[in-house]
Amino acid sequence: MKLSFKFITLLTLATMAFGLASCGGNGSNSKSGALSGSAAERVFVPPGEHDEFYAFLSGGFSGQLAVYGLPSGRLFKVIPVFSVDAEKAYGFNEETKPMLNTSHGFIPWDDSHHPDISQTNGVLDGRWIFINGNNTPRIARIDLTTFETVEILEIPNSAGNHSSPYVTDNTEYVVAGTRFAVPVPQRDMPIKDYKGNFKGALSFIKVNPESGRMNIEFQIMTPGFNYDKAHPGRGKSHGWFFFSTYNTEEANTLQEVNASQNDKDYIAAINWKKAEEYIKAGKFTTMKTRYAHNVYSDETHSATSTMMKEVRILDPSKLPGLVYFLPTPKSPHGCDVDPTGEYIVGSGKLSASVTIHSFTKMLKAIEDKAFDGEAYGIPIINFDAVNAGTVVQPGLGPLHTEFDNKGNAYTSFFISSEVVKWQLGTWKVLDRKPTYYSVGHLMIPGGNSQKPFGKYLLALNKITKDRYLPTGPEVCQSAQLYDITGDKMELLLDFPTVGEPHYAAGIPADLIKSKSRKIFKIEENHHPYVTKKESDTKVVRKGKDVHIYMTMIRSHFAPDNIEGVKVGDKVYFHVTNLEQDYDVPHGIAMLGAQTSELLIMPGQTETFVWEPKQVGVWPFYCTDFCSALHQEMQGYVRVSPRNSNRALSWSLDGE
Amino acid sequence: MKLSRYIMFSAAILPLLLFVLPMWSISLEAPQYPTPLQINIFIDHLGEEEYGDIQNFDLMNHYVGMAKLPTEMVEFEIFPKVIIGISILGLVFGFIRKKPLYLVWFGIMTILGLAGIYDFYLWLYDYGHNLDPRAAIQLLDAYQPPIIGTKEILNFTVRSYPASGGIILGIAILLAPVAYYIARKEERKELN
Repeated sequence: MKLSFKFITLLTLATMAFGLASCGGNGSNSKSGALSGSAAERVFVPPGEHDEFYAFLSGGFSGQLAVYGLPSGRLFKVIPVFSVDAEKAYGFNEETKPMLNTSHGFIPWDDSHHPDISQTNGVLDGRWIFINGNNTPRIARIDLTTFETVEILEIPNSAGNHSSPYVTDNTEYVVAGTRFAVPVPQRDMPIKDYKGNFKGALSFIKVNPESGRMNIEFQIMTPGFNYDKAHPGRGKSHGWFFFSTYNTEEANTLQEVNASQNDKDYIAAINWKKAEEYIKAGKFTTMKTRYAHNVYSDETHSATSTMMKEVRILDPSKLPGLVYFLPTPKSPHGCDVDPTGEYIVGSGKLSASVTIHSFTKMLKAIEDKAFDGEAYGIPIINFDAVNAGTVVQPGLGPLHTEFDNKGNAYTSFFISSEVVKWQLGTWKVLDRKPTYYSVGHLMIPGGNSQKPFGKYLLALNKITKDRYLPTGPEVCQSAQLYDITGDKMELLLDFPTVGEPHYAAGIPADLIKSKSRKIFKIEENHHPYVTKKESDTKVVRKGKDVHIYMTMIRSHFAPDNIEGVKVGDKVYFHVTNLEQDYDVPHGIAMLGAQTSELLIMPGQTETFVWEPKQVGVWPFYCTDFCSALHQEMQGYVRVSPRNSNRALSWSLDGE
Repeated sequence: MKLSRYIMFSAAILPLLLFVLPMWSISLEAPQYPTPLQINIFIDHLGEEEYGDIQNFDLMNHYVGMAKLPTEMVEFEIFPKVIIGISILGLVFGFIRKKPLYLVWFGIMTILGLAGIYDFYLWLYDYGHNLDPRAAIQLLDAYQPPIIGTKEILNFTVRSYPASGGIILGIAILLAPVAYYIARKEERKELN
């Protein structure tokens, strides 16, 4: 009886639930309900299975780069790049501190904007990812076998490194265009004398095809405009680089008004093959300057910082054929080249239209000298002679354009908060979908290369307002995933991101996942303080410096008891993880150490410094839950008074 | 030359492959080890399927107090000599062309093979029973891998099976009686 009563109750509840559902079905909810059901299936990656794409989303003001999977939107890792990261000891341990060195000294933060994956023949090759630091101008290179930052190059004569890095078809170059014109060289001068005196340096950074190492090959010293975004030529336009500009007015105050006066600003077209010829012919000047070049080695597990002393300068007013200006309406922001290399899309962010220039027409205009005067000796090409067409009134505030592999372009509209799909050549709008809200960049995996993988589009939103559970005044920013395989775009998923997802780069997972590194071989560890065997562990005193050569392996430190340290000593823990097993990092943290933990990968050595200030016996322990006996992975350091004459001693298991 | 002699020569030469191929494999699979740890036993050393497997085997086993896997064993000295010896012996028997010798070789090989497996068992027994009394995890039962087959031990599925070299050795041993029977047929044909 009891059972059947329960059954009836259940039945009643079920009926009620069904009734409610059908009520909803009469309203407008039914459609979105049905749609969201199928969308859920399309982004569902079953437990234990892998995503189809990697997506690397910059963190904007977080200074980092986050790794997500698509279509699931799952977060895998946050790679520290320009900002210190206590979790990974990046910028805290002795090995990575040099990575954040600059000509201004150690800088613990930057604003990371545009990740871009290396290419071969205009196709993503998945070797490295480059990203710019906006505030104190820098470019970083991340190795996609270790997913770690391995190089940071400071850019001299530059300020606000925004039109950067953007790799060429064969990763010959990445670039760094200055967003803020500045005096070159820097000097004490009145700000009101900006016009004609401030300069806009466009740096071309050569990438070594084997090692990936960067060096500034040359800087083109262009007029003091603001260089906003950039895109290399592709295919037929390979050898050229395009930079959008604003503030061609050269205003120095209240730019929101004073830099918005000209009807047209420019897209600067740079012939970098020509620049190479001028360099070869010695038509450059060498300028004294200072900038840091920081390189991390997977052999020494350490970074070095070298202060560079000079840079080669090309003057476009004296070198014909190097730079041309393409007039483009209303402070163009996005400057994007389609996969064929024919079309240069300029998005006038104060305009309601998108302007498209033709590379073929540009070459003809140059040949015909179809110029409308010049600016600081640089020819301005006649607008009609270079313009290929206009997408008329597709939305408000066009920013950025990515491409699929079917001849379509997708432009983000910040003000009207939408993505608009349009067709190259006909300039017809095919579809539009809202974003939530105020989209900045878009990303289609490979969508800025010759070979887009046109399955998904990711919209990167600046504002979320009511989209998620509120978290006080500061709420998350977000990414939204659209399916772009059909005629109409379909919103599948939106997910919160780490920091501001300024721009992103995507790549089919198969191109990199098999190359992902599992461990570092201990015999290949050339760290100056490596300890390769437990029997080699020791503690060495050099004056007030105490160097502990320590090892860690499941589930103990060697040594784990250390005596003879004194107040006022500077204690270096050089810790080597002897593990040679995938996914077995160990951590170490010391009570009272004014630094972060260390998180040490198998086969790596890292160092933290502890300056004990109090007499006592202080513990250290493993911070990464490594094994069943992780809690037992601990040790003590005995700290004696300064005047103590206790000698150093160390032990493990009393030996 | 007759087929039977080809077969006998093959039987004699095949065991030499043991200098490059493993005799036996033991693997450990666990939830945390979706790719099993695998030790490959060669006649003169222990090899690992993936870099680090031996160290990780030892790390797993030290929690229950097992000794480290040996790098030196008296067997590693003896086995290579035995293999060369029986190979030469087989070739000599093939040259002598007295087919009963094939069976003699088969007999020797069978005895040596069984002795080898018994030796392996003794080592496994010692490896599984000679536990450090201070070990973190005290077992109620011995931690002995099976000599052949699959066994669940704690969180591990332990598999112990002949590897490519061991299988080839088995085939080589069986080829000797095959050579004998074919030789007998060939002789009958000649008589007819």
